[in-house]
Amino acid sequence: MDLTKVDAIIENYDGDATSLLAIMQDVQDQENYLPREAVNHISTKLDVPVSRIYSMATFFESFHLEPRGKHICTVCMGTACHVRGAQRLVEHLERELKVKSGGTTEDLQFTLEEVNCVGACALGPLVIIDGEYHGNVTSTRLTKAVKNLKTREGGE
Amino acid sequence: MTVKFTINGVKVEAESGDSVIDTARRYGFDIPSLCHHQAVTPYGACRVCLVEITKGGRKKITTCCNYEVLDGIDVVTDSEAIHKHRAMVLELILAEAPDAEPVKKLAAKYGVNVSRFERPKAGAAQERHDCIMCGLCVRVCTEIVEVNALAFNGRGYNRGVGGPYLEAPQSCIACGACAWVCPTDCIGFVEEDGMRKVLKWDRELPMEKDEDGRPFAPKFQLHYFKEKFGLPADIYKKAPGTR
Ligand code: SF4
Ligand code: SF4
Ligand code: FES
Ligand code: FES
Repeated sequence: MDLTKVDAIIENYDGDATSLLAIMQDVQDQENYLPREAVNHISTKLDVPVSRIYSMATFFESFHLEPRGKHICTVCMGTACHVRGAQRLVEHLERELKVKSGGTTEDLQFTLEEVNCVGACALGPLVIIDGEYHGNVTSTRLTKAVKNLKTREGGE
Repeated sequence: MTVKFTINGVKVEAESGDSVIDTARRYGFDIPSLCHHQAVTPYGACRVCLVEITKGGRKKITTCCNYEVLDGIDVVTDSEAIHKHRAMVLELILAEAPDAEPVKKLAAKYGVNVSRFERPKAGAAQERHDCIMCGLCVRVCTEIVEVNALAFNGRGYNRGVGGPYLEAPQSCIACGACAWVCPTDCIGFVEEDGMRKVLKWDRELPMEKDEDGRPFAPKFQLHYFKEKFGLPADIYKKAPGTR
């Protein structure tokens, strides 16, 4: 990744090491994951050991150390969504995207993930695509949404 | 400031900020511990150092490595109840480190020879071996050696100690301090073929030889000390003891 972007993020927090967590989050927001070179860079810049950053990154579920896709599809597998067929949606997306749940497609376009309840149970089953919440989803609607993203990528 | 209190009925004195465990040991009282070392910050992880402390008329069983001395408290270091609690804690720890001699020995002292509990499964990411997650290695490497090679990684059943990215930590100077303090002896530290190896972390470093060609310490470690303490360049011509 472009390390000047990391520099800019660190600058936003006045290079303050107590903002480490926020800096890590911002870097991840840009790249969808925490690249190793960014971790090393943050370590040098803030004078925080790599061991500590890695420790934090592996403690919080929300950090990812492996590259993730440009588009993130998250299927809610909480109880409410589960009983409304979330499992089938996961399997549907696995076929649609040709990737196992938890994985990323080879072309780094899509990552398929599961989450356990996002607190919008009334809308279940729920799928979050690139931060956008889709309530009461059906396989047909998912197919459409994925197709849309694919054509948009293809057209770019 | 001097603090006065009692341990097993004996009047004792300590400096404020001292821990109960260090004070008790200074007076010759025996309290077991696995995660404690005087030189580093207390962590209260192993729960083996349980004692009974009465403060303002209230009695409670608590760990004493992370309990700072207070005026007027009464500490009891052994009783039937304490014994029972320590035995329970040791049985749990024994399940985690069934092959660790120091743990086996301590547990046996409390009448625990086998654990009824299952050994926790190693996480997907890292081998546990006989690690009991006491964090002494991490604290020693961070606070004393100050190279921050180690940390707790992951969480839940995946938690473990080690270097970043589960690789050999590049900042490790193979000083062996972590292996020396580890209460379960599960780190492993050997010198062979002119190399010094810290087994658990996969770290191997070539040793510097003295004038007579005897290897005595890893180059990287010596370099680190030289930088840290501003030592002269030829300080290591002779190995310690032969100098
Ligand atoms: S041997 Fe390495 S990991 Fe262990 S205390 Fe020394 S520097 Fe730290
Ligand atoms: S390796 Fe040893 S010192 Fe480090 S946490 Fe595990 S038991 Fe404690
Ligand atoms: S179970 Fe899906 S939002 Fe609560
Ligand atoms: S020595 Fe006190 S909790 Fe481990």
